[in-house]
Amino acid sequence: MSEKEVKNLEEIFEARIARDEKIEPKDWMPEKYRKTHIRQISQHAHSEIVGMLPEGNWISRAPSLRRKAALLAKVQDEAGHGLYLYSACETLGISRNELYEQLHSGKAKYSSIFNYPTVTWADMGAIGWLVDGAAIINQVPLCNTSYGPYARAMVRVCKEESFHQRQGFEIMLKLCNGSSEQKEMAQDALNRWWWPSLMMLGPTDAESVHTEQSMKWKLKRKTNDELRQQFIDQTVPQADILGLTIPDPNLKWNEETGSYDFGEIDWDEFWQVVKGHGPCNKKRMKDRVGAWERGAWVRDAAMAYAEKTEKKKLKEAI
Amino acid sequence: MNEDLYNYILGIADNSLILGQRLGELCGHGPSLETDIAGTNISLDLIGQTRSYFQYAAKLAGDDRTEDDIAFLRLEKQYTNVLLVEQPNTHFGYVMARQYLFDVFHLLFLKELQGSKDETLAAIAKKGIKEVSYHKRFSGDWIKRLGDGTEESHAKIQEAIDDLWTYTDELFDSTAADAVMTAQGIGVDVSKLKDTYYKEVSDLLEEATLATPESKYFTRGGKKGTHSEHMGYLLSDLQYMQRTYPNMNW
Repeated sequence: MSEKEVKNLEEIFEARIARDEKIEPKDWMPEKYRKTHIRQISQHAHSEIVGMLPEGNWISRAPSLRRKAALLAKVQDEAGHGLYLYSACETLGISRNELYEQLHSGKAKYSSIFNYPTVTWADMGAIGWLVDGAAIINQVPLCNTSYGPYARAMVRVCKEESFHQRQGFEIMLKLCNGSSEQKEMAQDALNRWWWPSLMMLGPTDAESVHTEQSMKWKLKRKTNDELRQQFIDQTVPQADILGLTIPDPNLKWNEETGSYDFGEIDWDEFWQVVKGHGPCNKKRMKDRVGAWERGAWVRDAAMAYAEKTEKKKLKEAI
Repeated sequence: MNEDLYNYILGIADNSLILGQRLGELCGHGPSLETDIAGTNISLDLIGQTRSYFQYAAKLAGDDRTEDDIAFLRLEKQYTNVLLVEQPNTHFGYVMARQYLFDVFHLLFLKELQGSKDETLAAIAKKGIKEVSYHKRFSGDWIKRLGDGTEESHAKIQEAIDDLWTYTDELFDSTAADAVMTAQGIGVDVSKLKDTYYKEVSDLLEEATLATPESKYFTRGGKKGTHSEHMGYLLSDLQYMQRTYPNMNW
C-alpha cells in the first residue's frame, strides 16, 4: 500500500471514530490503534486476574457464611471480567498465552493497587468501596469507547463493578455501626487504601504520556486529574455517612470551585510501586507465575486428551 | 428440639461447608482461568447449600443461634463431615479426585433426599441436584482428561485416586442420627447407595484408563468427629474472625 493510500485510510478511520461509529475486529485500523488497544485491554484483563489474589486471600477467613458467599461471587466475577477482556483483546490478533507471557515477564503492567496487602477483613470493604469506586470512574466512559468488543465487554463489567462497590460500602457500613474494634478496623483500612486509590486514577495530566491520543480514540473521555477530582468529590460525603475520617489534613471544601481541595499525593510511592517495588509486587507475580507453572501438566493433559478425542471421532467417521 | 433431625442436618451440611472451604482456598491459583471460575462456582454452590441447611437447623433449635454460630463456633469434634472432604489441595489431581469421589456420592444422596418426608430437606435436595449434577460432570470430565491425557497426568491422577480411595467407604457409614431419620422416612439409608457408587466410579475410572484401587483398607472417623490432622488448620482459617471477634455482626 502506498503512503498516500494509508493516509487516506487513516482519514476515513478517524472520521468514523469522530462520528461515534464502532471499530470492529475485521475493520482496517492503524497499527498504533491496534497496539494501544492491546496494551490497554490486556492491562485491564491482567488487573482483574491479579486483583483476584488480594481478595481471594480472605475467602477462607470471611467472618460469616453470607460474606463468604458474596466474596466468592465477587472474585468469580473478576475472573469472568478477565475472561471476556482477554477475549476482546484476542480479537486484535494476539493470543491469551502471549498476553500471559507478557504479564509473567513483567513486560505488561496491571493496576498497581493490587500490590498492596489485604491485612484485615475491613480491606474487603475498602477495596469494594474505594478501589472498585475508582475503577468505575475510570471505566464507565469506556462503555462508549471506539473499539466495539472492548466497549461491549465494558458494559457488563461496569454493571458488576457497581454492584461490587455497593457491596464494599455495605461491608464498611456494617463495621462502622458495629463495635469500637470494628470501627477501628474500618478506619485503619481507609487510612491504608485512600492514597493508593487516588493514585489509581493515574499520574497527573502533566506526567501522563498517553492522554492526548487516547482522548481522540475515546479510550479516555476525561483527564486523570478530572477523574481524580470526581472520585474525591463523590467519596468524601460517603466517608461522612460512615463516620470515618479521610486521612488527609488538607482536604477542604472549596466553595469557589464546588469541589474538594486535597493534599499532595506521594508520587514517589506511586512510581516505586509501578516500577515493581511495592509491598506485594513480588508476591503477586510469584503467585500468578507459580499457578501457571504448576498448572502446565493439567493444560498439557487437556490438550492431549482433546487431540485423542478428535482423532477417535475422525476414525469413527471414516 | 428434634436432636436427631438437627444432628442429621449438620452431618449433611458439614460435608458441603468443609468442601466449599477447601475449594475457596484455591481461588486465583488454578491451572487456568476457566478452572478457577468453575472451582469458585462449585465452592459458591456448596456454601449456598450449607446456608440453607444451617438456617433450617437454627430454626429447629428454636433459640437465638444463627447459621454462623453453627458454621463457625463448634469444636473440631463437633463437625461430622467425612474425612474425604477435608483432605488438602495437594495438586489439581487431588482436587478433582476428591471432588469426583464426593460428587458421585452427593448426587446419589440428594436424589434420595428429595423424597424425604421432611419438606424443607426435600426442597433443599431438589435445588442441590441441579448444581451437583454440574459438579459431577465437571470433575468427571477432568478425571477423564487427566487419566487419558499425558503420561504425567495419568500418573498424577492415579496417585490421587489411590490416596483418596481410603476415605470413600466412610461415605456409607450410618450414624445414630442417620438410623433414626431413615426409620422415620426423613433420612437416606446411605448403605444402599454403596454398590451403585462403586460401580459408577469404577466405570468412569475405566473410561479414563485408570485402575480402580483394590485396597480393602479404609479410613473413617469424620462422621464421628474424629478428623485428620488437616482439619485443625482448616478450622483455624474458617473460624478465625468469629473466634477473634466474638459476638459481632458482619
